[in-house]
Amino acid sequence: MPVAVAPPEVKPETEREDRVPGPGRPGGGSGSDTGSGRWGDGGGRRLRPDSYQLGMWLALASISMMFVGFSSAYILGQGTNSQWRAMAAPPFVWINTVILLGSSLSLELARRASAATELKRWMTVTCLLGAAFLFGQFWIWRMLADQGIYLSGNPHSSFFYLLTGVHGVHLLGGVAGLAYLTARAWSSAARIPTRASLNVTALYWHFMDGLWIYLLVLLFYWR
Amino acid sequence: MSDSAHPAVHPAPTTFIRKWVFSTDHKIIGIQYYFLALIAVFTGLALSVLMRLRLAWPAESWPWLEKIFPVGFEGGVMSPEFYLAMLTMHGTIMVFFVLTTAPQGGFGNYFLPIQIGAHDMAFPVLNMLSFWVTFLSMGVMFAAFFVAGGAPISGWTAYAPLSALGEVAGPGLGSGQDLWIISIALFCVASLLGALNFITTVLNMRTKGMSLMKMPLTVWTWFTTAILALLSFPVLLAAGILLLLDRLGGTSFFIPAGLVVSDTVIENSGGSPILWQHLFWFFGHPEVYIAILPGMGVASQLLSTFARKPIFGYHAMVVAIFAIGMLGFFVWGHHMFVSGLSPFSALVFSILTLAIGVPSAIKTFNWLGTLWGGKIRFTTAMLFAIGFVSLFVSGGITGLFLGQTSVDVQLHDTYFPVAHFHMIMGVAAIFGIFGATYYWFPKMFGRMLHEGLGKLHFWLTFIGVNAIFIPMHLMGIMGQLRRYAESTEFKFMEPLQPYQEFVTIAAFVTAAAQLLFLVNFVWGMFKGRKATENPWEATTLEWITASPPPHDNFGGRELVVNHGAYEYGVPGAPRDYVMQTDPPLESSK
Repeated sequence: MPVAVAPPEVKPETEREDRVPGPGRPGGGSGSDTGSGRWGDGGGRRLRPDSYQLGMWLALASISMMFVGFSSAYILGQGTNSQWRAMAAPPFVWINTVILLGSSLSLELARRASAATELKRWMTVTCLLGAAFLFGQFWIWRMLADQGIYLSGNPHSSFFYLLTGVHGVHLLGGVAGLAYLTARAWSSAARIPTRASLNVTALYWHFMDGLWIYLLVLLFYWR
Repeated sequence: MSDSAHPAVHPAPTTFIRKWVFSTDHKIIGIQYYFLALIAVFTGLALSVLMRLRLAWPAESWPWLEKIFPVGFEGGVMSPEFYLAMLTMHGTIMVFFVLTTAPQGGFGNYFLPIQIGAHDMAFPVLNMLSFWVTFLSMGVMFAAFFVAGGAPISGWTAYAPLSALGEVAGPGLGSGQDLWIISIALFCVASLLGALNFITTVLNMRTKGMSLMKMPLTVWTWFTTAILALLSFPVLLAAGILLLLDRLGGTSFFIPAGLVVSDTVIENSGGSPILWQHLFWFFGHPEVYIAILPGMGVASQLLSTFARKPIFGYHAMVVAIFAIGMLGFFVWGHHMFVSGLSPFSALVFSILTLAIGVPSAIKTFNWLGTLWGGKIRFTTAMLFAIGFVSLFVSGGITGLFLGQTSVDVQLHDTYFPVAHFHMIMGVAAIFGIFGATYYWFPKMFGRMLHEGLGKLHFWLTFIGVNAIFIPMHLMGIMGQLRRYAESTEFKFMEPLQPYQEFVTIAAFVTAAAQLLFLVNFVWGMFKGRKATENPWEATTLEWITASPPPHDNFGGRELVVNHGAYEYGVPGAPRDYVMQTDPPLESSK
C-alpha cells in the first residue's frame, strides 16, 4: 500500500502522476476519461508542471495588491481620521492564530506523508483546523458585536471587520479546496490528490497564513 | 498519457453548448469577447450621440425621444441629471467593456496562443470563466439603466463622496450606483482570471524555438497589459469594496464630516474623499495603458507587414512597451493636480508623467522608421495602423500639456482633457481595434472584408474623429466647461455654441460611418471572398494554419520557430518574407 512519494522536482510530462496510487486504480495513469481534464488540461500534451504554481503565484500577487490597497487606506485613515479609536485585540484572536498556524503545520505533514492513510489523516486535520479558524473568526465578530463594536462603529473597527472579513472569504475558498482534495483522498474509487494540486493548495494556504500574521501586525501593532 | 498522438490540449467539443456557449477554446472565447465589445461599443456610441444632441441644441425639443425615454426627456428635453447618467454610462461602457475587452479579451485571447505556437491557453476553464464573469458584469451594468432612479450620475470615475452617499445625493445614486459598483467588482475578478492566464501562457506555453525575443510585438503588448491588469485591478476591487461598505455598511471610508446634501445632514464623519481618488487612479492610469498598449502592438505588426520591412528597433520597442507599462504605475497623481495635492508630490508626478514621453517617442520614431523606404501596401488595415500612429501623436502631445501642473490647473475642468483622452485612449485604441479587425478578420472567419468599403469607412472615420476632437481642444482652451448639459447660463461660453453644433454634426456623420463597418462585417462573415491561409503574406505563426484555424490551432503539427517575427525583405531569402517556421536560411550560416 505505501508507495514512494514522487520526487519534488517532477519532470515535464509526468506532473500529474498520482502521488499515492490507490487500490483498484489501473496503473495510476491519468489518461482515462475520468482521470483527466479536471483543471482544464485533458489529454496528451501536458502543461509544464509549474503552470499551476506560476498561476497561483500570480493570483497571490494580485491578492497582495488588493491588500496593499486596503493597507494604504488603513494607514491614511489612521494618520488623518479624527474619529480613530484603536481597539485592543480580542484575546480569542491569539487562539485563532495558533489554530491557523497549526493548520499550516498539518498541511505540511500531509504533503510529506508517505502513505495514503497518513495523507488522509493530516488532510482531514487541516480541513478541521481551517473550519475551526473560520468558526472562531465568526465567534470573535459576535463577541465584538455584543460589546457594541460594529462595522460602522469607528474607522478602526471598520477596518478590523473589513480586513478579517476579506481574509475570511479567501480562507473559505482555501477550505473548500482542501475539503475537495480531502474528499478525493478518502474516496478509494475516485481520483486521488495529485502532487501538483496539493502543492498549489498548500502554497495558497500558507500565504493566507502569512497574510493573517501581517494583518494582525497592521491592526494592532502599527502605530 | 493520451493514447493518441494527437496533441490537442482538450478534445474538440461536439455539442452546441460546449462548442459555442461554454467553450474552453480560446478562439471561441476571443470571438465571444469581440461580440460583447461590439454590443457595448454601439451602446456607448448611441449614448454619446444623445449627449451631443443635447449640447448642440439645448433649447430644442425632441418629442419622439420622450416616447423612448419617458423619464429622462420630460417635454422632449434631456434633463441635466439624465445627461450625467448618459455621461457616466458612456464612459464606463466604453472604458471597461470596449477598450479593455476587445483588444485584450478579444484579439489577445484569439491570437496570443496561436502566435506563440500553443494549442490553447494555459488554463482554458479559467478562460471560459473569465468571459462569463465579464458577460455577467455587463448584464449588471446594463441593469443600472432600468432600476428606480436610473443609471448613476457620478461619472466613470465615481468620485466620492457623491458616489458614497446614496439616493439623497441625486437620481441614480441609489440602486443604480450599487449595481455599478457590483458590476465593476465582477469585471475586476474576470480581468484577474484573464491576466494570470495570459502571463502563464506566455511564460510556459511557447513552442520550440519561440524565444521571448522572437515573439511578435503584439504578444509583448498583451503580456505587459496582463501584468498591468493583474496588479491594478485588485486595487480597484479594494476601492469598490470600501465604497460599497460606505453605502451599505454604514462605514465612513470616503465620507468626510459635516456634509449637508440636499438639506440633509450626513451622519458619517472622518472619511477621506481623496482616498478614493488615490485608489481609483492607481488603477485608472494603468487602465489607460491597458487600453492603448495592445493597439501599439497591432500597429507595429501591421506597419511592418504592409511596409514589407522588419520593424525598426525590435528590442527598443520591447523595452519601450515595458517602460510605458511600468511608468504607468507611478503617475496616478497627475489626475489629481486640482484635488489638493502637495506641490512637491505634484512635481514628482509631473516629472514622471513627462518621462513617459520618452518611450512613447521611441515607439513613434520606430514606427516612422519602419515606414521609411518601405514598399507600402495601402490596405484598409494599414490605413488604420497609420491612423493609429497619427492619433497617438496628436492625442499624446496634449498629454505633455496636461502633465504640467500649472497648465493642468487651467485646463482641468474644460473640454481640453476630454478631447485629449478621447483622442488617445478612445479613438487611437479604437483605431487599433479596427486595424486588428481588418487584418485578422480573414483568419477569424475565413472570409475577406470588402476593401473598398473598408477604405471608405477609414476615411470617414479618420476625418470625422479629427473634426470632433480638434474643435474640442480649442473649446477647452477657450474655457468650455466639461460635464455640463448646457452652458447657456454662462456668457463667456455663448460664442462657443457654433463649435458645439459643428462637433455634433461631425459626431453624427462619424457615428453613421460606423454602420458601413457593421454592414461590411456582417456581409464579410457570410458573403466575403474566401480567405487563403496567408492573404497578407505575413510571417507570424497564425498565418501558417488554415483560416479559420482548426480546434487545436495547427492540426496536430508541432512547430519549430527559426526566425524572428518580422523578417521581411531579407537578402537571400526565396521571397520577400520569411515565415517564422521557415528553415534557417543558408546565408545566415
